[in-house]
Amino acid sequence: MTLTAPRASTRAAPAAPGRPRSTLARRLVPYGYLSPTVLLIVVLMVVPIVMVVGYSFRDNVIVQENSVFAGFANYTKVLTDPDFLAALRNTAVFISVSTVAHLVLGLTFAMMLNTQLLSGVTKAIFRIVYILPWLFTIAVIAVIWRLLFDPSGVVNYVLQTVGLVQQGVNWFGDPATALWAVTFVNIWSGYPFFMISLLAGLQGIPADLYEAAAVDGTNWWQRFRHVTLPQLRPVIISMAVLDLIWTSHQFALIWMTTGGGPLNSTEMLSTFTYKQAFSEYEFATASAAAVIVLLLTMVLAFFYVRSQRER
Amino acid sequence: MVFRVSRLSRLVGAVTAATTVAFVAACGADDGASDGDGTVTLEFAQWWGAELPAGEFDRIIDEFTAQNPNIEIELLSAPYASTKQQLLTGAASKTLPDVVGLDGAWVNDFAKQGAITDLSSLMAEANYDDSELASQIQIDGSTYMIPVVNFVYPLFVNKELLTEAGVADVPTTRGEFLDAATKISASDGDVKGWALPLDTAVPNGIQNDVMSWLWASGGSMLTADGKPNLTSPEVKETVEYVKSLNDADVIAPGALTMKEQDKVEKFSNGQIGMMIDSLAHINLIRENQPDMEFEVAALPAADGYTGERGIPYASWGIGISDSSEHKAEAFKFVSYLMSQETNAQLSTIANGFPGNKNAEPDFGSSDPLFRTAFEIYQQGYPANEFVGLPKSEDLMRSFAEQLQLVLTGGSSVDDALAAAQENWSSVIE
Repeated sequence: MTLTAPRASTRAAPAAPGRPRSTLARRLVPYGYLSPTVLLIVVLMVVPIVMVVGYSFRDNVIVQENSVFAGFANYTKVLTDPDFLAALRNTAVFISVSTVAHLVLGLTFAMMLNTQLLSGVTKAIFRIVYILPWLFTIAVIAVIWRLLFDPSGVVNYVLQTVGLVQQGVNWFGDPATALWAVTFVNIWSGYPFFMISLLAGLQGIPADLYEAAAVDGTNWWQRFRHVTLPQLRPVIISMAVLDLIWTSHQFALIWMTTGGGPLNSTEMLSTFTYKQAFSEYEFATASAAAVIVLLLTMVLAFFYVRSQRER
Repeated sequence: MVFRVSRLSRLVGAVTAATTVAFVAACGADDGASDGDGTVTLEFAQWWGAELPAGEFDRIIDEFTAQNPNIEIELLSAPYASTKQQLLTGAASKTLPDVVGLDGAWVNDFAKQGAITDLSSLMAEANYDDSELASQIQIDGSTYMIPVVNFVYPLFVNKELLTEAGVADVPTTRGEFLDAATKISASDGDVKGWALPLDTAVPNGIQNDVMSWLWASGGSMLTADGKPNLTSPEVKETVEYVKSLNDADVIAPGALTMKEQDKVEKFSNGQIGMMIDSLAHINLIRENQPDMEFEVAALPAADGYTGERGIPYASWGIGISDSSEHKAEAFKFVSYLMSQETNAQLSTIANGFPGNKNAEPDFGSSDPLFRTAFEIYQQGYPANEFVGLPKSEDLMRSFAEQLQLVLTGGSSVDDALAAAQENWSSVIE
């Protein structure tokens, strides 16, 4: 029935000149179906993005009724602001270290969960344990790690007990360690998603590839390098690009642990933009910063789309 | 069959499109705050309801609606941070609810945006006698916010730790405070004398824990005409004093990213001996540590200072949206909350001090420390110079960053204050 209907419909088309209204209505039907989606995209994506881009070229937007056209002044201001450049550097370190660590940890744990050496029950237990960090909301994660990383918290207690440090380290409060501390927490909270995705990829690799490699006399490392990694490559590339994009947007974790401090050592593009908008009420420069972040993200999105097309 | 599929398909498509158009139209339609029978519905956005015991605020509102059957109040209660976000967005888009709970730190910006209305004219129109109001927050001579309930920030002292450290009396001067904090810190390796939250996400530590030292000695961070005066000897002495506390290693570690709640938690856990904190936290500390012996006292002043002491405070303020179509009804509601009886009632349940001069909270069932604090409040004067300043949170943040530099050895006190002065001068014109 589904086959006959379109055919019949196509055959009916030549008769249309006698009934122009009917043809027009038929042509409009697909647009009618699309209208909710188009509306949502326009209202939720196109309009806000266009507005933000528009704001970035004006001065005194939102807070004053009569804003004025400012050309690229806001972009110049943002790009020459040392705080923005520091935020850019911090974001680059944060997202690159987080993504690499997510990948390495995710792959390691996924391979552990895919091994034949452990029983099904053991693997199920580990699977639950490994995925736990992913189940917590960012607010809970921030509270947990603020307590653990407190100068008199559990982490320092353990390190002092085993003699690794002499006195409590101020993980979030010391400019020298704060960026690494928030990066560590981000890695902890984000690796399970990599693990699950890579585990699915590992389970999809045909066993006969490993058997053939074994027949050829390969060792574990050669099988990993020449079978596992090439088979996982599409998943790894997609996940890495997506993680770069997601991590670059991380705001809540930074805000709730360090707030961008101390001394801007954990200031990210997201916290910088937020402060510009909601603390300094400089919505124009905040919009310019947001557009710059959008452009940087679009570069990553381009690579993601290209990797998807190649697949 | 072909005909039916085609008709059905067109029908569904047309209905979908029509629904979409209807949705768009509904989004732009007036929500209608006035019913056909003449009843006016006022939206009241605030964070107070979330902080009061369940049902207590509703009771006060119900009393108002019983007295004014033609006015309905729709409470939009959310935590402080959410309320702030909603109001910032509402102010920007000129869609603020009719009546809004305000923090003194937001008033200047909202007033400059034209988001909140001039209450002075509404008071004049309603022939309202404002002599009962303890304070009014004014911008360019016009009132934009009325403090409904005030929460003072006295010095909290853990008496047990103080006694263990061999200090008999609660410190009343800066010298005594440094001495007590040093002795407390020396008595136990895990305990420090004081906590200084300098987190820059919510930088109110500058207002509550730093500038409070200045105000307690009658100082000011502004000139007589309201301009920044951060390089004055009084401000310099204050920052040097805070630095001396840091140099003496009496401040709990982690100050640079410490938040207000961390400070309260450390005090509750006996990890610090003293803190400057909101009176509203007395009940929280009692709940967490029922056996803890602690006191509240006036903030220590500079050695030799004998004048009146300023005591920092935060307010539950109230304002009216400039875009409200029912300003007269909204002001009627505001004057109800500010009336002697209602204001006393609200202050009692909020554990705060009334915004109406003649209202007296009922301390009968409260913690005895509230009465002590009320006496401190009456002996001194409420001081918070950030109230009414433009971008006050940003001012606090830039000062916090400079103070962080001082405490980490990255800047001298003079350089830090000069940098903060320059930054503030660009904001407060």
